[in-house]
Amino acid sequence: MKKRLFVKGNEAVAMGALEAGCRYYFGYPITPQNDIPEFMSREMPKVGGTFVQAESEVAAINMVLGAGAAGGRVMTSSSGPGISLKAEGMSFMAGSEVPAVIVNIQRPGPGLGGIDVSQADYFQAVKGAGHGGYHLIVLAPHSVQELYDLTMLAFDLADRYRIPAMVLGDAMLGQMKEALVPHAHQLPEDLPPKDWAITGKGGRAKGNAVKSLYLADGELEAHNWHLHAKYAQLKEKETRFEAVGLEDAELILTAFGGAARIVKTAIAMARKEGLKVGLIRPITVFPFPAEIYRTATAKTPKVLCVELNNGQMVEDVRLSVDPMADVRFYGRPGGTGSLPDPEEIFAQICKHYKD
Amino acid sequence: MAPNEQTVFQRPSSLKEVPTHYCAGCHHGTVHRLVAEAIDLLDVQQQTIGIGSVGCSVLLYDYFDIDVVEAPHGRAPAVGTGVKRVHPDSVVFTYQGDGDLAAIGTAEIIHAANRGELITVIFLNNTTYGMTGGQMAPTTLPGQVTTTSPYGRDVTKEGYPIRVAELLAMLGGTAFSARVAVDTPKRVMEAGRTILKAFEMQVKKQGFAFVEVLGACPTNWGMSAIEANERVGKEMMDYFPLGVYKDITASG
Repeated sequence: MKKRLFVKGNEAVAMGALEAGCRYYFGYPITPQNDIPEFMSREMPKVGGTFVQAESEVAAINMVLGAGAAGGRVMTSSSGPGISLKAEGMSFMAGSEVPAVIVNIQRPGPGLGGIDVSQADYFQAVKGAGHGGYHLIVLAPHSVQELYDLTMLAFDLADRYRIPAMVLGDAMLGQMKEALVPHAHQLPEDLPPKDWAITGKGGRAKGNAVKSLYLADGELEAHNWHLHAKYAQLKEKETRFEAVGLEDAELILTAFGGAARIVKTAIAMARKEGLKVGLIRPITVFPFPAEIYRTATAKTPKVLCVELNNGQMVEDVRLSVDPMADVRFYGRPGGTGSLPDPEEIFAQICKHYKD
Repeated sequence: MAPNEQTVFQRPSSLKEVPTHYCAGCHHGTVHRLVAEAIDLLDVQQQTIGIGSVGCSVLLYDYFDIDVVEAPHGRAPAVGTGVKRVHPDSVVFTYQGDGDLAAIGTAEIIHAANRGELITVIFLNNTTYGMTGGQMAPTTLPGQVTTTSPYGRDVTKEGYPIRVAELLAMLGGTAFSARVAVDTPKRVMEAGRTILKAFEMQVKKQGFAFVEVLGACPTNWGMSAIEANERVGKEMMDYFPLGVYKDITASG
C-alpha cells in the first residue's frame, strides 16, 4: 500500500514544489498562506535551497524574476492583496518570458477584505492582473492531492513554455488537511534547455538578455504575436478538466477549485434523488477548457455555474458554450459566514433543474 | 602597428563597439566605461551579470558584452538578489539612476544593502529624471528648476535631496559606500578606482558595495555640455560631498 500522509493544503504546495526541484523561494507573509513560507524557511536549507523573506511582495516577485531569469526553479506564494503587488513583476516576467511558479491562496476582497474562503481573484488570475495584455498558465486544484500534483505540473509547464504559471488555491484548500499520497516527480525528458538564461556569458559568443523592452520598428508587435502564439499553443495542448456524468445529464454544473468540492457533494445528493446532473470542472482556468463546454452544451444546453464570488468564471463559460446554451449562475462572494454548504447548492440544483 | 608603437588606450572588451544613444555631455558613457574597465581588470567578463534599470541606462545590454536582465522600475536590487542566489559565484551589478534607486526603488535598495547581498550597485546621480524628460528627482537640489518643479524645488513642500551614500553607510549589511564624480580627469580616475574596489569586494565576497556617481544631464538641465559639467563641481558637491562613507576593509 502506498504511503498516505495527512497534510495541510498549504504544506502540500510546498512539498510539491520541493519534489519538483524548486530550490528558490522568495515571499512575504500574508494570511491564509503563511504555512508555505514557514515550511520553505524550515525545509529549503535541508536541501541546499534558498529561502528569502523579502521586504515586500514587490521585492519578492522581482527576486523571483531574477532567479527565474538566471535559470533556477523558483516560486513565490501570496494571497490577493499580495498578488496585486506582484502584478508588475508578473507582467515583466510574462513579457520577458521568465518561468516561475506563483501561488495564490485566495481570500475575499476587494481591499483588505477578509481572510477566509473566496474565489474573488479569478479575473485577476486569468486576465493577467498586470499591465500590457498577457496571460499566465493558471491551474486550479480542488484537493490537497491536487495542490501537490498541480504545483509540480506548474513547474514543468512554466519551463516548457517559458511562462510564469499560477496555482490558484483558496483559504479552504490551503487551510484544510486531507490525505496525500506523495510520489516522486518525474522531470519530463523533453523540456527545452534554458540556453536563454542569464548565467554569465561563460564563453558564449553573445551575451544573453532577458528583457521586455522592444523599441525598434515592428519589434514589439512581433514579440506580442510570438506571445499570442504561445497562448494559442497552450489552449491547444495544455487544457485540462474533469468531466463527470455528462452522458445522461439534464443539467450541467460547473465550478473550479474549492467551489467544485461543495458542488460535487451537492451533485451526489441530486443523483441520489434521481436528478441527472453532470459536472465540468476546469483544472486549467487559463487555458480555459472551452471545447468541452461547447460539445457538452450542444447536447445539454442548461448550465449552472457555481462560484465563491459574484460571477467571474461564468463569463468564460458563456464565451465557450454552444450559442443556444442557457447559462445560469449562483455564487456568494466569500467572507465570514459566506460559504454555501452542499444543501444550499442542492437547493439551487433542484430549482434550476425544473425551470 | 609600427614596432615602436604601443596601445595605451582602447575600448574595454566588456563594452560593445556600438554608437551611443546618450546625449552629448551625458556622463553615462563615462561611467559605463569605468564599469567595463573594472570588469576587464578583474577578468570577470564571462561571469558578470548586469541588472538594467528603468531610465536612460535601460539599454545596458546594447553597450555591455555580458549577460543582462532588465528589471522593472526601481527593482534592480531585488532582481539582482534573485540572480545572485542562483549563481553565487557570478559577479552581479545593478546600474541605476536617481529616480529608479532613490524614489520608486527605495525599499529595494535599502533592504538589499541591509541583507548584505553580494552585489555591486552603481548609482548615477544627476539630480533629475533623464529619460522621462527632466522631472524632479529625490536628488534634485533645493531651488532647482525641473519640468515638475517649475518654480524651483521648495523644500518646505517637496522635501530635501536624499544623500543615498550616507544613508546606506548606516546599514549593517553595507560593506562599502562611497560617492565619486566624473567631471574632471582626476575625479574620473578616482571614480574608476572606487568602482574597481566595489567590484573587487564582490569578487572577494566581502559584502554589499555601493558607489554613487555624480554626473551631468545637460539636456534636461538646459545647459551646454561644458556648463553642465561645471555644475557638478560647483553646485552638486556642496550638497553631495565626495568621499568614502563606509569601507569594512579599511584599516585603522
